[in-house]
Amino acid sequence: MTAGTLFGLCAAVLIGVGLYGLIVNPHPLRKILAFNVVGSGVFLLFGAIAHRGAGAGMGGDPVPQALLITGIVVAFSATALAVAVLLRLFDETGSVTLSSDPPANAGNDSGGN
Amino acid sequence: MNLLLDLWTVVAVITGAFFFFAGTVGLLRFPDSLTRLHALSKADNLGLGLVVLGLLPQMDSVSAGLKLVCIWLLVLLSGATASQWIARTLRHSGSGP
Amino acid sequence: MIEVLNFGLAALILGLAVWAIVAREAPAAVVGFIVYGLLLTLVWLQLRGIDVALTEAAIGGGLTGVLLISAAVRLRSTESAFRAQRPAASTRWLAAVLAAAVTGALAICVLALPEPAPTLAPEVLANMAVTEVENPITAVLLAFRAMDTLLEAIVLVFALIGVWSLAPDLAWGGRPGPLQVADPNGMLAYVARVLPPIGIVAGIYIFWIGADHPGGKFQGATILAAMWLLVMMAGLADAPPVSRRWLRWLLVAGPLVFIAIGVVGAVTANAFLAYPQGFAKPLILAIEFALMPTLTLVLGLMLLGAPRRGKSP
Repeated sequence: MTAGTLFGLCAAVLIGVGLYGLIVNPHPLRKILAFNVVGSGVFLLFGAIAHRGAGAGMGGDPVPQALLITGIVVAFSATALAVAVLLRLFDETGSVTLSSDPPANAGNDSGGN
Repeated sequence: MNLLLDLWTVVAVITGAFFFFAGTVGLLRFPDSLTRLHALSKADNLGLGLVVLGLLPQMDSVSAGLKLVCIWLLVLLSGATASQWIARTLRHSGSGP
Repeated sequence: MIEVLNFGLAALILGLAVWAIVAREAPAAVVGFIVYGLLLTLVWLQLRGIDVALTEAAIGGGLTGVLLISAAVRLRSTESAFRAQRPAASTRWLAAVLAAAVTGALAICVLALPEPAPTLAPEVLANMAVTEVENPITAVLLAFRAMDTLLEAIVLVFALIGVWSLAPDLAWGGRPGPLQVADPNGMLAYVARVLPPIGIVAGIYIFWIGADHPGGKFQGATILAAMWLLVMMAGLADAPPVSRRWLRWLLVAGPLVFIAIGVVGAVTANAFLAYPQGFAKPLILAIEFALMPTLTLVLGLMLLGAPRRGKSP
């Protein structure tokens, strides 16, 4: 099994694992973490495809690899924005629930849903 | 000469790997955090040093070899800092001796 | 022998990904994710993507890990409320079925990829001589797909503006991050004095060498941002207020220079971001020099988050 196929299959499993974590974990920070796992799985899949395009003296097709560098940086910025929204929600309401119901021990009604 | 250098590489890297293994065994088997920290920092610094020493004859230029040594020194610095900090936090939180 | 290494790496990263999903405590899960990112760097080396390996180690493992672990520590008190909210078994079964279906579909696609693999490597090699850079990835990023890099820089600045807009009214335009008081004899102050000179040299080296060898401005800017963050975290310098004019000018300087060069190309070489003959290398250098401070500031400030303190020193 070539490295490209092996890591492509590994990436498919990573995307599945991350997707499961994204749906099942109720805490938003764990959802962001699972989303990052999905993202890195997608990048790995793309990278395995780039490795298959090795030729002309290079170890991998440079065009997908350049797009991957862009993707990793943009994924970090998306994560940073998501975490900033989460922290602001925490500062405002004291909890990070995404549901619309008022919290069970609602002491204040500032911010809220 | 090449055979001797290759032999040195193999012996040094295997010894370094043994130290990494010993450090991991210490991490899993030692009773509390301070002893585990001791096992990790000693074994990993020595293990990495041996691996670097073993790889030095395989480098094709002096500058590449110097970069390897720099990497080892930086890992020593970060390992020492982290160990100090973890140990200090453990002592303040009361689980140290 | 390499097969064994590849199988071992694949098994380790799968195990760590599962750990990151199912661990009980968020900090433990994030630590697992950081190790996962570092092992992924080794996988990239096996896939011969050295520039991507550098980026993954710096941004995927390093910056994302710091971001998530600081958030996990701040949100520690909210975790217990969520532990009781685990979804019902039926939801978990459906999620598992969905995840398995997605994995299966992707696995079938991977196994059905065309042989021989289509590749753009020969064309990149054939056209690279004009750009006078030897690293094909830098040539792709700054010459063949320069539009992607320009839009990426603009997206980063937009994301930073989005993060800044989350400041509460009292801290609008103020300093991000908590106030750190330096302990002059502490470990962190010591490291923050010893490491940044080495880190700055390493960052600038990786940026400069990216023209001909693996490296480049994203990786170099991440190292510089990390050194800046270390100095701020040790309390040796304070985060600048985000309303400072020099900060905002440096942030937009990168994309502005890039757009200006693009317009110059539209006028002289008949296409936006085309480089006139013989001027490719100097223009590429100009773009990279302008983007370095932008990227360093953006990456550092995005990690610090929204402003939480007022402007006063």
